[in-house]
Amino acid sequence: MNWRIRLLRPLRKLDPALMTGIVILMLISLAVLYSGSQESIRVVLAQLLRFAVGIVVLVIVANTPPERIRAWAPALYAIGIILLAITLVMGKTSLGARRWLGVGPLVFQPSELMKLALPLFLAYYYSQQENVRHWLSAIAGFVLIAIPFLLIAKEPDLGTAAQIGAAGVFMMWLAGARRRWFVGLIILVAVSGPVLWHFLHGYQKERILTFLDPQRDPLGAGYHIIQSMIAVGSGGFWGKGWFNGTQVNLDFLPEAQTDFVFAGFAEEFGLVGVIVLISTYLLIVLRGLVIAYESRDSFGRLIAGTLSLTFFLYIFINMGMTTGILPVVGVPLPLISYGGTAMLTFMIGLGILMSVHAHPRTHE
Amino acid sequence: MNALQLAQEHRQFTLRLLVVSGLITLLTAILAIQVFRLQVLDHDHYATQSTHNTIALLPIAPLRGRILDRHGQILADDRTGFVLAITPNKAIHLSETIHRLQKILPINAEDQKRFNSDLSHAHPYQPVLLRRDLRPDELAAFAVQRHQFPGVEIRTQIKRHYPYGSLFAHVLGYVGRLTPAEIREGQMADYAGLDSIGKSGLEAQYEALLKGQPGNQEVEIDARGRTLHTRLRNSARQGTTLHTTLDLAVQQAAAQAMAGQQGAVVALDPQNGDVLAAYSAPAFDPNAFVDGLSIALWTRLRDDPGTPMTNRFLRGSYPPGSTIKPFVALSALHDKAITADQRLAGGTYYQIPGTKHKYYDWKPGGHGAENLREAIRDSNDVYFYQIAMRLGVTQLGNGLAHFGFGQRSGVDLPGESAGVVPSPDWLRQRYGQTWYQGQTVMMGIGQGYLLSTPLQLARATASIANGGRLVTPHLEQSPDSVTRPLDFSPDAIAVIQDAMRDAVTSGTGKSLANDPHTIAGKTGTAQIHHAQRNDSGLVLHNTIQLWQDHALFIAYAPADHPRIAVAVVVEHGGHGGRTAGPVARAVIDAYLNTVTAPEVNL
Repeated sequence: MNWRIRLLRPLRKLDPALMTGIVILMLISLAVLYSGSQESIRVVLAQLLRFAVGIVVLVIVANTPPERIRAWAPALYAIGIILLAITLVMGKTSLGARRWLGVGPLVFQPSELMKLALPLFLAYYYSQQENVRHWLSAIAGFVLIAIPFLLIAKEPDLGTAAQIGAAGVFMMWLAGARRRWFVGLIILVAVSGPVLWHFLHGYQKERILTFLDPQRDPLGAGYHIIQSMIAVGSGGFWGKGWFNGTQVNLDFLPEAQTDFVFAGFAEEFGLVGVIVLISTYLLIVLRGLVIAYESRDSFGRLIAGTLSLTFFLYIFINMGMTTGILPVVGVPLPLISYGGTAMLTFMIGLGILMSVHAHPRTHE
Repeated sequence: MNALQLAQEHRQFTLRLLVVSGLITLLTAILAIQVFRLQVLDHDHYATQSTHNTIALLPIAPLRGRILDRHGQILADDRTGFVLAITPNKAIHLSETIHRLQKILPINAEDQKRFNSDLSHAHPYQPVLLRRDLRPDELAAFAVQRHQFPGVEIRTQIKRHYPYGSLFAHVLGYVGRLTPAEIREGQMADYAGLDSIGKSGLEAQYEALLKGQPGNQEVEIDARGRTLHTRLRNSARQGTTLHTTLDLAVQQAAAQAMAGQQGAVVALDPQNGDVLAAYSAPAFDPNAFVDGLSIALWTRLRDDPGTPMTNRFLRGSYPPGSTIKPFVALSALHDKAITADQRLAGGTYYQIPGTKHKYYDWKPGGHGAENLREAIRDSNDVYFYQIAMRLGVTQLGNGLAHFGFGQRSGVDLPGESAGVVPSPDWLRQRYGQTWYQGQTVMMGIGQGYLLSTPLQLARATASIANGGRLVTPHLEQSPDSVTRPLDFSPDAIAVIQDAMRDAVTSGTGKSLANDPHTIAGKTGTAQIHHAQRNDSGLVLHNTIQLWQDHALFIAYAPADHPRIAVAVVVEHGGHGGRTAGPVARAVIDAYLNTVTAPEVNL
């Protein structure tokens, strides 16, 4: 076996459809950031470096058999919970919320780890469960979801808590818990909404009120939404063209490289660009669902199905808030937004999908 | 798990995967419809907004209400000043621009600190102040090179101005820089565009009235940051003018007479409680507070041993000394502790029967046996020692409370002190001590724990001048004054009035006898038991002067139709008649001369 084969063999585990999607998103990301950063090579190189690191991690994960990933799930979940608890007690406070944990010069958000740890542990739990339809296994699932959900909601980071909770509920749905639980959950959320309103922080209420009527404070809380919608709408069918987005380049659009990157993209590349972008995302999501469908292993299909669905949820929430159909929550656009932590999480998730696909039915 | 179960399980998973796919399709459709709506259906609308971006609603600051004296003289108004402002998104390079500006006109570290803090919460298209109070030469220097500084402009700024400087410092108070903590929740809109708020005095008391209502204008700015046009939405409403009862001439007379001395002067219209003058010396210039006080000036004001920031007429608590005697006497008449004609033995000193301690008269050798009118005229201490013992501490205290001692007068100024009318209960609660009779004796001549503010003294004096009505002093002009009739017989009041007139014509206040106006008054001397000390207990300015007694004088005039009642305290002024008397006289003359002047001219 010569060095070339040795080096290339791990790449055989990569899924061509998913990789195509990732590369397209990468190119879009670099193009948008280059324009939005007043043509800063530094920003583009930094993002490129993150992609490189992300791809390496993805290859490593894709080459790790699912049963080994499965074996780590309980430990990851436990570590995640412990770190969340530590964050609440001694985390770094920034803008009124304790979300960050610092170890020396390193700072990270334990909730980011939980985005993967919870689905993994739930998949671990349900894949070994004999009778998923029994009420006890549903209760167990809700408890496993509730612990990280409440810890993150307490930080407070309601957006992330809701996403993690949603991922858990998806998992229970795919695992086959009885439908009545989901009906009950929907009713509970609908009924408790007005009650929970009183427990929300001022800025959280403000965000929701602003979502309902952005014009109530056009220079304050409503500014993000209004400017973002102007950016998307003014893009039109063909877009204003690369580098020609005035909303982005003249600083009317806040967070143009992170949470609101979609608005800048839509402004410069128009409806045509948006169709390409959404199609690419759907390619990844649907490929993930197909991987889940084809998997003969119950852990594999649960984790693949849930990760695909969660990936879609992130896309929907981000585009939804940018276009004004959802309230503003700080969610990055997967693989496009500037930033490292979230990208690493997405790359690991995609790596797990590929691992599930590349190691068929090794378990049972 | 058997094969059948496995197949069943996979069938169910597939079914649920289908439901999920349905959900994804639905949400994608919603997203697609929204993007289509924005980019195709409403594209024209958003394209217009983008090119005409953006509409900014900018506040217009209202003018603050003026403060006038009783004749319409302006005591406080808004002046236009010139300031240098930078619009951040129009300036080429902010720190470099400031650096170049510094070569033309001085911009100190304090200016820059303030600029940076203002900058952090301003919109990029809003001008931020860099330098205030540009002098004409600075204006000219910048105007010549203006083209080199895009984004930098001269703007006018409305600024509170007190034309008489320190003259009305304590009564008007001042406005200062608004701090976020001072705006209560829900009042943000009321202070839009405003950067100052009334901090003390009338400015604070009538803040809501004076402040005015901000307006706003829509400013449209294009994508390059140029202002397209502004459209007025609501014009600002100026604050209401505050018509005060103050009299500029009287206040000036008070300040002049107090020059170089520490103390306070209050002049009231005894008929309705109008505050004609209220002066606390030394004073400070409130104009220095308007833009925020410099640290150097603040340190100087704070460390000045004369405590110019202290409002002595409102918060200074002084032993009233012998000025309390007319009120003690009226209480005694009312409580039938004595009759007007009854003579009490005089002498060098007084002793409480059965005790050894001697309470001396201020005059060596004392006075002879005198009746009430004579005792007030001569400020006969021995007479009042006996009166106090006859009344007892409770009756004495209750009597003084009738004149407003020990209570806030209710004047429309924030932070008034109530003074002290002591009682055995009060002494026990406050100091844990037992009252002894000697303290009652001393209270009879206004010494000991009895404390009064100059404003309370003036108010009490007014109640004798007006024939027995307790007025509520007020600075805002108002047609209906609040007065409370006191339960004293006209005869009793007439005796006291005569006695106070005697004190000026032939008693302790003789130095005022030759005044063209008929003045009635009473001198007072408050003994200083301890020197002024600083916080660490060191004696300040260990000179003889600070060990001298406070001089007091209360007066009203004209004696038959009183139109002005005055209380004067000169700290360390020695004998009341000599130092405080002339101040009272100057104030009375200033008022009665101006009031009568128009009639003379006719």
